[in-house]
Amino acid sequence: MKIKAKLHDLCCANCAAKIEEKISKLEGVESVTVNFLTEKMILNAEESKLGEIKEQIEKIVHKIEPDVEIEYI
Amino acid sequence: MKKDTILLIVGAVAFAASLFIPEEAVLVRFSAFLIAFVLCGMKVIISAVKGISKGNIFNENTLMVVATVGAFCIREYPEAVFVVLFYRVGEMFEDYAVRKSRKSISEVMNICPDSANLLVDGKIEAVDPDDVEIGDMIVVGAGERVALDGIVVSGSSFLDTSALTGESVPREVREGDEILSGCINKNATLTVKVTKDFDDSTVSRILELVETASARKSSSEKFITKFAKYYTPVVLVCALVLAVVPPLVIEGAQFSDYIYRALSFLVVSCPCALVISVPLAFFGGIGGAAKKGILVKGGNYLEVLSKAENIVFDKTGTLTKGVFRVQEINAVDISKDELIRLTAYAENVSSHPMAKSVREAFDGEIDRDRISMSEEIAGFGVKAVVDGRTVLAGNGKLMESENIDYIKTEGTAVIYVAVDKKFCGSIIIADEIKQDAKAGIAGLKKAGISQTFMLTGDVKSAAERIAGDLGIDRVSAELLPDDKVNELEKIMKTAKGRTVYVGDGINDAPVLARADTGIAMGALGSDAAVEAADIVIMTDEISKIGTAVKIARKTMSIAKQNIVFSLLIKIGILVLCSFNIVGMGVAVFGDVGVMVLAVLNSFRALKE
Repeated sequence: MKIKAKLHDLCCANCAAKIEEKISKLEGVESVTVNFLTEKMILNAEESKLGEIKEQIEKIVHKIEPDVEIEYI
Repeated sequence: MKKDTILLIVGAVAFAASLFIPEEAVLVRFSAFLIAFVLCGMKVIISAVKGISKGNIFNENTLMVVATVGAFCIREYPEAVFVVLFYRVGEMFEDYAVRKSRKSISEVMNICPDSANLLVDGKIEAVDPDDVEIGDMIVVGAGERVALDGIVVSGSSFLDTSALTGESVPREVREGDEILSGCINKNATLTVKVTKDFDDSTVSRILELVETASARKSSSEKFITKFAKYYTPVVLVCALVLAVVPPLVIEGAQFSDYIYRALSFLVVSCPCALVISVPLAFFGGIGGAAKKGILVKGGNYLEVLSKAENIVFDKTGTLTKGVFRVQEINAVDISKDELIRLTAYAENVSSHPMAKSVREAFDGEIDRDRISMSEEIAGFGVKAVVDGRTVLAGNGKLMESENIDYIKTEGTAVIYVAVDKKFCGSIIIADEIKQDAKAGIAGLKKAGISQTFMLTGDVKSAAERIAGDLGIDRVSAELLPDDKVNELEKIMKTAKGRTVYVGDGINDAPVLARADTGIAMGALGSDAAVEAADIVIMTDEISKIGTAVKIARKTMSIAKQNIVFSLLIKIGILVLCSFNIVGMGVAVFGDVGVMVLAVLNSFRALKE
């Protein structure tokens, strides 16, 4: 299942790359792109594990960039 | 002004004032610099603490705090404050530059309509395009953007398709015509019956394509992200070694001196400029191409295109319009108009595509009463009596069977005409070459493409003639649809460099997929083509391929400049810092300064 999210206040390109890498390693994630320029994340993940994945994403994002706000579209 | 900015200005003033405090007033001087430091560095310190509390120790902010607090500890007060101040100012520039490029990219992408005027019981309601369903009626007023794909049910107007095609000439639409979302209705109100959901409509698909393009990373992007992963740890280890080893090994070397040098290393250790430099260039390139009606599905395709040496064209529908027309009329002892008129009359009954093109070439109405007899001779042509004269129109075999002397003409499709047993001329029917095909191919040659090829199912002689007209180097003719893939593979095996295939995307999907990069032409509104190709050209213009190649090359060179430039500066500064030739003040340029320059340089990719 494909989900998009806006990452508000994503301000460092390297952090975006790190976030992308960490999320891509989560179980149930098929593919993920974090686009620093559009501040968007496009995620392909297994639907059954979505709740857990979202929780993990929250943790990863806030660990790397504490000020980012995730808004799922 | 924001609170952060005010704090920073106050901090800068405090810093300037502190510089005038004489060194003898040790405590006053220390306190003054400390206040300035805290004022300037507040935001960095808070972010660093936040990061550490979440367990993210090696982030940009903590490194900067460690470096400057360290400088403070070894009594380099002015240096410490200056670095923090410069870092913050640099970050502001960086923010500005990033925001500006985000804005100009979103302007390119700003083709998405916010609402649709849904027609409900004769009344217009503004709704979210997402809520409109297939079969609904929407009203598009003058000056408004078409929200969903559909068919015009009433009204006629001109559409500005430039957001989709980069083409400035407006396109006329009338009742029954297909209309695509993203176009702007220029002058009159149209009522449109929706044929596609918003998510499947052209505009959404294009946006989706460009947005997800960043997922297909070019090899240079992969390289730099990988490099960045190792860069920071390596620089940190070097810093540690630099702080500890020389003072122990070199006689007379001071710890404070080498710690200072090591702290400068920390300032340069953030890899952000490197990480952003490449994807930003590609994103700019992809955005700039989209503005011209060229959709690129990923950075990797731009990379391949920039290295393209061979371009293989499909003929029908790509180099030619795919529509058969009368190309040439060779009349003998009769006027051209008369020849066409008689042939059109004679061919009146025929359903052959060639007959159809002759009828289209004839301006007048066909008066059936003037045809007293007509019969179709399968495999030969037609025989008819028009105005009492016997007209024979058909191939060479027809002329031979009727024992008529005729002049043979080269061509794919030729109709020979005889009136009252006397040869009157021939009509050559051919697929029309696209207007800009010749110029487009010449442009490609100029751009340094070494070889051009043409694949076609047509007979050899006709194919070679077209190739000759267009300046195409090599032709493979009389191919069955399945042969095209094999032929392309042969070319890819023998020719040097990367091979691009250009087709119309309708019946050559396997060939498009097989090439290093597949380009589909004239894809506006054709889902199949958009699906099959790596690069999609919305209009019919061959010259856009040259434009795409140029954009690809420019993007690649910007990406390369960014890599080389930011690496050289960073490494240069590291070397200079380790010999104490430059201090922390220059080091901070190696961080934010390089980043700002890389962002500004990438900006060029968006503009042509």
